[in-house]
Amino acid sequence: MSTGHTSSPPTTRRKIKVLVAKIGLDGHDRGAKVIARALRDAGFEVIYTGLRQTVDQVVAAAIQEDVDIIGVNQHEGSHIYIARKLIEKLKEQGADDIPVVMGGSIPVIDIDTLKSIGVAEVFLPGTPISEIVEKLKTLAEKRRARQTF
Amino acid sequence: MAKLYSKEAIEEILKAYKDWEENLLPQWLARMPERQKEFTTLSGIPLKPFYTPADLKDFDYMEKLGVPGAYPFTRGIHATMYRARLWTMRMFSGYGGPEETNERLKMLIKAGETGLSLAFDNPTLVGVDPDDPLAEGAVGVVGVSVPTVVDMEIVFRDINLGEVTTNMTINPPAPVLLSFYVAVAEKQGVSYDRIGGTTQNDPLKEFIGQKTHVFPPEAAVKVAMDVIEWSVKNLPKWNPISISGYHIREAGATAVQELAFTLANGIEYVRQLKARGLDVDEFAPRLSFFFDAHINFFEEIAKFRAARRMWAKIMKEWFGAKKPRSWWMRFHVQTAGCSLYPQQPWLNIVRTAIEALAAVLGGCQSLHTNAFDEPFRVPSEFAAKIALRTQQIIAYETGVADVIDPLAGSYFVEWLTDEIEERAWRYIERIERMGGMLEAVKKGYPQREVEEAAYRFQREVEEGKRLIVGVNIFREEDIEEIRRVPLLEFNQEEVERRQKERVRKVRSMRDEAKWRRTLDELRRAAERGENIMPYVLNAVKAYATLGEIMGVLKDVYGTYVEPPYY
Repeated sequence: MSTGHTSSPPTTRRKIKVLVAKIGLDGHDRGAKVIARALRDAGFEVIYTGLRQTVDQVVAAAIQEDVDIIGVNQHEGSHIYIARKLIEKLKEQGADDIPVVMGGSIPVIDIDTLKSIGVAEVFLPGTPISEIVEKLKTLAEKRRARQTF
Repeated sequence: MAKLYSKEAIEEILKAYKDWEENLLPQWLARMPERQKEFTTLSGIPLKPFYTPADLKDFDYMEKLGVPGAYPFTRGIHATMYRARLWTMRMFSGYGGPEETNERLKMLIKAGETGLSLAFDNPTLVGVDPDDPLAEGAVGVVGVSVPTVVDMEIVFRDINLGEVTTNMTINPPAPVLLSFYVAVAEKQGVSYDRIGGTTQNDPLKEFIGQKTHVFPPEAAVKVAMDVIEWSVKNLPKWNPISISGYHIREAGATAVQELAFTLANGIEYVRQLKARGLDVDEFAPRLSFFFDAHINFFEEIAKFRAARRMWAKIMKEWFGAKKPRSWWMRFHVQTAGCSLYPQQPWLNIVRTAIEALAAVLGGCQSLHTNAFDEPFRVPSEFAAKIALRTQQIIAYETGVADVIDPLAGSYFVEWLTDEIEERAWRYIERIERMGGMLEAVKKGYPQREVEEAAYRFQREVEEGKRLIVGVNIFREEDIEEIRRVPLLEFNQEEVERRQKERVRKVRSMRDEAKWRRTLDELRRAAERGENIMPYVLNAVKAYATLGEIMGVLKDVYGTYVEPPYY
């Protein structure tokens, strides 16, 4: 491109794109909305799915929007069941390079299980947003680095 | 007129205050600066260092407070309050299938709870059967699964419905769950005039918090009003609605928003019922309320006192209710789930105790105390019992229930009560200008206000303006400690299998022709705009399931999908 601005910075680096998802019948969306907004303020591009999505809908949206990360907010106890289904579906669609993170009312004893299923990070209530932002950046950068090779 | 302070007295006090501010205070501040730049309540109301009669300048005792059991009821709705009867200790409970929940209810009754309260699972809350694909993995997880009258019967095995009152936290499917309950009571031989309890049945707040909405706003309100109208005429002891601020608060609202939006919802329902031709004194005594008790102690107490005074005024002055009972605001309180954290989870016991104390000092009629394991899962028996015992300690050991409205007359508490009332009226006026709460909800107004407040709170926590022990102050790496919390264990997959099997069995054993006829009649009644309650009750007695009945109603009324409000 010859725009005349010889020293224009390389602006090709696009924003980290996160899909914030509510899966299943759970109506507790306070956390999902707060985190969506906080991530946006931190410079992320955020898509919020709205309530009562199915795993299939979330995976389709993630692929279509080419997101860097899927963040699932769960307050209704079905997190293991949903994580398993979500990661299976991502694999099936060849999109399991998109890291999945979860947050919400999740017992600590379930964190290891969630990680063994393939969930990259689990955030409990009270986790500082700055910490979430840093971890998401790292995850997105890792994924992008893998993609360039 | 019962003005508390003379002009001369106020002038003298103001003079002393000014003197303090100009002379004494600076000397102290020079040596000891204040801990914070500004002090505010959790809702952001700025606070002065201390309060005096000058903050209650025109305070008219009789107009603002009066006596317990009389208008404007600031001091309590009953003349005797807790000196005669303590608040009802009503623990929100339910998990797994009806068998598990029946055991839990019996345990709590044995432990001394004085009222029952059912928590339903998500499929039940949104009106789908356990074998619906939407229910997969969610059956019995956050509450009990009750898809048929047979399940309801098991929930209350060995419990006489003529001797207990039961709250059911159920909204769009309220007509169905109430019909299950009534059918079980009938089967137990309990007459309609002895059936006592509450259906939450508050549709508007579903769009602001909780979000178990099914029908679009107008239809949702119509269905809820059907339940109220039918109950008022058939179940004299039933509270057909619990106008709920709790979920609005948990979704992030401030105390002022919680109060204002709840009252605005109540105002909308009164108008709707009057438009049906009902006399206000016929239904007003059956309206009940439900609030949150958050951690900012005095703000909560002030909120409860303001709530009673405001509702009494609304019913008497706006709607012209004549019976004193119509002016009562009877309310249930639950301590704030959103104030509990997984970090150092035992601290939640302390938070809950403080919040419960605020509810009692605020004059609640019934109370649920959260268990400390709330951030993780439905309470274990151990945690639920500590929560109940917390109320019992407040009731029987502390002496706070021995004098009515003991904080009345505190310059600070009275000032804060007035301030919260004033701020809530301003919100209500704004909603009135929008055409009432149904219109405001359709415009997304309260939804946006609450989201804004939730975000503001989170930012304040992040910035260290709001301190939470174990979260952003006195943090510990306590993952091992958290791991040791004994959580409720049950085989969810087994429950889901059992619930699917039972609903299929119920469907296979019923009288097909009768079942079909009752559902057809329900559909036609809904299409004609009739009150659906008698038809739902008939369908329930013909063993129609929750999902089937809701399916018919969804066909007629449509379903709601939340638009993005931000």
